Amino acid sequence: MIQAPELPLWGALIVALLLLLGAAITLIGSIGLLRLRSFQQRMHAPTLGSTLGTGSILLGSMICFSLLQSRLAIHEILVALFLTLTTPVGFMLLARAALFRSRERAGAIPDQPPRQGETKRVE
Amino acid sequence: MKRLIPYPLMTLALVAMWLLLNQSVAPVHLFMGFILALAATWITVPLGIEPPNIRLSLAIPRLALAVLHDIVRSNIAVARIILSRDARTTSGFVRIPLDTRNRYCLAVLACIITATPGTIWMEHDSRRNILMLHVLDLVDENHWIGIVKQRYERLLMEIFV
Repeated sequence: MIQAPELPLWGALIVALLLLLGAAITLIGSIGLLRLRSFQQRMHAPTLGSTLGTGSILLGSMICFSLLQSRLAIHEILVALFLTLTTPVGFMLLARAALFRSRERAGAIPDQPPRQGETKRVE
Repeated sequence: MKRLIPYPLMTLALVAMWLLLNQSVAPVHLFMGFILALAATWITVPLGIEPPNIRLSLAIPRLALAVLHDIVRSNIAVARIILSRDARTTSGFVRIPLDTRNRYCLAVLACIITATPGTIWMEHDSRRNILMLHVLDLVDENHWIGIVKQRYERLLMEIFV
């Protein structure tokens, strides 16, 4: 951020607020990973960072570089897009693995008959 | 035409991605993006993926707004639970019978549900078409069934015909 002094004051304020907001939300998500009890509950916490947390930081980045270069810098949209497309795959993998292990231990999770033929597709 | 450009929407999206990555709409980048997009779509042809039937309608912006609104709201709700005194909640599983079997509907629904803090897509029973979710703050099961079916699934079925 060498060019940062060239930002107008109002721009710097907005960008700083968005960055702090994003960082705070991501931090809360990480604290949740520590504080929540079961595995399934813990899986909810990091989504804070991957949605609104990243969103705020990306918005701050867009505003910052659009102001600095005085042209639209919106390629951060791609970060959001790829994150939205790829996180469900990882989350589902974790969820399915947890489900499988709980069923193996005959836990409290409702059982389902084995599926036949087609399986769920994630695209 | 169908042989040359097997997936027009996908090709357009890839060109747009290339232009965004290069941050320019210069002819060189347009040309290069188009070539790469064509090559990428040709490679996927042997997979035999059925292209989606997307109907352009007001349902698309309505769904996007609903999802954005829900993401912000559930971020706040989950943050409140985490920061509450003992972080104790009533979490549990919800089963939702779905109406659609469209793969694109299900894929987008999975993205929406996972992107919304507080709900996780656990498993989809493709034989009986029942979706199982894990909900962090489970007070009323019917509330979540209503959200998934009325708010998301109905609009998704309007978009992917």
